[in-house]
Order: sequence, then C-alpha cells, then structure tokens
Amino acid sequence: MSIAISVHNLTKRYGDITAVDNISFEVKQGEIFGFLGPNGAGKTTTIRILTCIIKPDEGKATIMGHDIEKEPLQAKQIMGIVPEMSNAYIDLSAWNNLMLIGELYGVPKKQRAERAKRLLEKFGLYDRRNQLVRDFSKGMKQRLILCMALINEPTILFLDEPTSGLDVESAKIIREMIVELNNTGTTVFLTTHNMEEANKLCHRIAIINHGKIAAIDTPEKLRVKSSGLQSIEASFDYLVNMDDLAKIPCIKQVEKMGDKIKFYTSDTNEALNRIMDYARSHGLKIITLNTLAPSLEEVFLKLTQIKNGV
Amino acid sequence: MLSTTFFLEQIKRSLAIAKKDIQIYYLKGPVIVFGLIFPLFLFLAFTIGRNLSAKELFPGFIGMVVFFTATSVGPAILPWEARSKTLERLVCSPISTWAILFGDILASFIFGLFISLVPLIAILIIGVEIMDLVLLSSGMILATFCFASLSVLLSVYPPTDIPSTVMMLSSLIKFPLVFISGVFVPIEQLPEWGKIVASASPLTYFVDLAKCSVNGISYFSVPVDLAVLTAFALVFLISSVKLHERFLPKRFS
Ligand SMILES: Nc1ncnc2c1ncn2[C@@H]1O[C@H](COP(=O)(O)OP(=O)(O)OP(=O)(O)O)[C@@H](O)[C@H]1O
Ligand SMILES: [Mg+2]
Repeated sequence: MSIAISVHNLTKRYGDITAVDNISFEVKQGEIFGFLGPNGAGKTTTIRILTCIIKPDEGKATIMGHDIEKEPLQAKQIMGIVPEMSNAYIDLSAWNNLMLIGELYGVPKKQRAERAKRLLEKFGLYDRRNQLVRDFSKGMKQRLILCMALINEPTILFLDEPTSGLDVESAKIIREMIVELNNTGTTVFLTTHNMEEANKLCHRIAIINHGKIAAIDTPEKLRVKSSGLQSIEASFDYLVNMDDLAKIPCIKQVEKMGDKIKFYTSDTNEALNRIMDYARSHGLKIITLNTLAPSLEEVFLKLTQIKNGV
Repeated sequence: MLSTTFFLEQIKRSLAIAKKDIQIYYLKGPVIVFGLIFPLFLFLAFTIGRNLSAKELFPGFIGMVVFFTATSVGPAILPWEARSKTLERLVCSPISTWAILFGDILASFIFGLFISLVPLIAILIIGVEIMDLVLLSSGMILATFCFASLSVLLSVYPPTDIPSTVMMLSSLIKFPLVFISGVFVPIEQLPEWGKIVASASPLTYFVDLAKCSVNGISYFSVPVDLAVLTAFALVFLISSVKLHERFLPKRFS
C-alpha cells in the first residue's frame, strides 16, 4: 500500500512550549489512523500543520506526495477537514455553507448540488437545509461540518475530536460514517482522547503526549506489547494483607478493586505461580483467578505517565 | 504553477468568497453605520446652510459616498471571520490568500458601486446636467476599486479579531482623509500646505475627476487623476496581498 501521509521530524514551538516535538510517522492509504493523547498533547497542532493552517518550525510532511509547504493547494485540494472548533458560517443556511465550500474546492455546480443533497439526507439535515446554521444544535452543526468536509470527496479525511461533546446517537452516526468512508477507500486521520473510540475505529494508533509520540501500533499490539502491563485478577476467601502481596517478586503493583485484587506484572506465568504459592503458604483459597490483557486505557495512562515523569 | 487555468480557477473561487461576503456582511450593523449613516450626517453637517446648488455639491457628495461605502465592508471581514473561526476553514481550503482577499475586495467594491449609483441616478433624475457621464462612471468604478482595496488593507494591522476595533481604527484614517480631499473645501481654495497634503490622498483625485465630469474644470487634469487613482489602486491591492500573506498566519499561531 502506498503512503498517504508522511511526517518527518515535525516540530512546532509556541514561545517556550514545544507543542509538537520532532515527531515522525507514516499513514498508509486506506488506513484509519488515530492520534490519541491527553489535553494539550499537541494533537490539534499536528492536524493544523498537516492541513496547512500553520507552518512547522522544523521538519517536513507530505500529503499523497504533495509537500505541505511547497504544494499546499494541491495537498488541500484532496483533504477533507473537520476542525476542532465548529466553524460553519452561522449567518448562512446549511445549504449555502455546503455550496460555498463546494465552490472553494472547485466542485462543478451540478455535482455540488447532487453531493450536497446526498450528504444532507444521509446526515438527517436535508429538511433543515434552508435554515440558518445559527439555529442549529451542536450535534447538527457537527454533522453539517462533516458534510462540508466531504463535499469534495476527499482522499484523506482529517477529523479533530469529531465526536467530543456529542450525545451517544450523534457520535454513533459519525463513527459509522467514518467506517463507511474508510470502506470505500478514504484514508482517515483522527484525533481523540476517547480510548473506546480509538480502539473500535482505528487500525493504528499513535499515542502522543507533550508533543512526542510515546507509542505507535495497532490497538491490539499496543495492549500486548506494553510490558509490565499484563494483569491478573484474583479473589481469595479471606482478607489479605495488601502490603504482603506487593512484596511478591515480579509483581509491579497491586490494587484492591472491591473484593478482587488486581496484580500488574510483566511476566504473567511467573506471577501466577507466585500468587498460588502465596495462597498456599498462607492457607488461602483462591476463589477466582483471571489473566487480563490491559485495557487500552491502562496502556495509555502508563505511557503518558512515563512521559510525565510520574 | 501560475498557469492561466490555475489563475482562472482561483478567480472563480474568489467569486465564491465575494458571494459569501455579500450574503453575510452587507447587513452587519457596523457596516451600515460606518458606511452609510456616519458619512451622511457628516455631509449634512457640513453643507446645510451653505446655500450651494446641487451641481456644486454633487462632486464632493459622490466622492464621500464612493469613499465611505467602498471602505465600509472590507475592514470588517477578516476580524469577523477570525472571531467566528471561519477564517481557519477558508485557510485550509484550496484557495490562495490573494484569491481570498480579491474576493473580499470584490464584495467591498460591489457594495460601494451599487450604493453610489443611488446618488448618481438621483442627480440625473432631478435634472442636473453632467457633461461627461462616461468619465464620471469610469472614474467611479476605478475609485471604488481603489478604495475597496484600501479597505481590505486596513484590516491587516492590528491582527485583532474584534470587528469594531478595526472599524474604529480604520475610521480614524478615513475621516481625516475626507477633510483633506477637497470634499468640503475645493482644493483651489486651500493654502499651499493644504494642497500638498491633499495631493497625497487618493480621494482628492476622484473628487477632482467628478468635478471635471460635471463642469469641465479640473485642478489636476483628467489623465493625471486617472493615472494617480490607478497607481493608488495597484499599490493598495499589492500591499494588501503582500501584508496579509505575512500577517495572516500570525492569527493562528
Ligand atoms: N496558538 C497558540 N499559541 C500558544 N500556544 C499554543 C497555541 N496553540 C497551541 N498551543 C499550545 O500547544 C500545546 C498543544 O496544544 P494542542 O491544541 O495541539 O493540544 P491538543 O492535543 O489538541 O489538546 P486538546 O485535547 O485539549 O484539544 C498546548 O500546550 C497549547 O497550550
Ligand atoms: Mg485539540
């Protein structure tokens, strides 16, 4: 597969803050690529660089082979963009917003109208097409913005937290749309801090924190690979001393969760043996014992905490 | 890259920008106030009781109308767009900065031209004789474009997103300009220093042109008026594009 987005040593500083710190990655054509990170990690800054709104201080990026600094118009022509801040024209109707964006992308008149109708119908806005966007709810605005992003039938779709602040239903419509578009070949680059969303949607995820990429892989591999993060959940018939449990070799951390105890380890096999030894030597009966792959959330917290120096 | 088809395609996108500006900004309060109401009262304040004929008043009046209407929309657009976060949407669309600005200038131009037609038609209806209507019309078109370019230039600095700030600041430049441009006092009657100051204002040349097309008498001569207006228009247009290209990214970073 060919490369849709390629980023080399991209850096962007705001005064003393390095919002994006020397990041590099590639997104393949046809992929849904997730940018996952806490507030202020540099997700929006990265998207704004890739969509040619701001210039990087250092580094280079290409969109379908078009250098974003040397050929910004060609790069922009094939992108669809759902920015972080909702920004349709509130003084224009939904229809006129779509027509304007269509014209800015040079979509011929007839096609423009056809696509606008199809998109508005799909997102349940067609009946409201002549209403000013001023009167739209947040969810309706977001759906309109998605329509605006799709009017040029983009090869690559950028979405900056497309579902944040939306209700379950609106978020679901947007996620389904992303998957559908991807099935027809659109490459998707999305940022989110919703773990579940990233896990369900993305083929690959980059975890970004303090402007740096902490990890980059498939959701499944991120879970498995992140060492020290497999966990074992056990419950015993008696109350046990947590301090004692924490002293078991090869257990990194213990946590009491209701009547269960969660052990974090890098070596599941060894840890299981040790826990059983412990139970036997203390005359405890093991009631339940499960090994768990870490949730993406745990991977995320772990990786972002390392960088925070916690 | 700068092929004809590319250029024409971008101009087409400029038209989309202008259409959007017309739909949104023509009816904004500050545009109406600074573009129509202020200059009207200013003109009334200076002419009532001076007992001048319509023919004598017309050149100064048309000068003010063209100047204020053509500069009323332009300064507001960019700060307004920056504030409502629509500027970011424009900047990530495949349209060059110059084409965005050209669209804004066009919207300003059309506003100025249509409103200036009102006094022109009115004066023709009440029967004031205009010696050279072609000269007057072409002068109006040229001057309106020149002032529309100036108006977009006025929103370059400061890169604020508060429309009324820009409107206020641009009024600080616009109002004094009217007083030095032969609108109220004919340029012949100004002292020597006044004549020098007046010759620095583009409006002076349009008022002079309007006078000449009404009664055939001009201070600078028609070719000079036309040449200077064209030169001002080009300077405003080019510096507007160059400066916005430089300062626009600063609005985002
Ligand atoms: N225009 C700006 N001026 C100064 N600092 C900025 C600017 N934009 C972003 N930053 C800083 O850069 C860092 C990264 O910001 P960015 O908006 O990219 O984060 P994010 O990952 O999108 O966060 P969120 O999840 O809150 O949207 C932050 O520390 C932010 O304060
Ligand atoms: Mg963000």
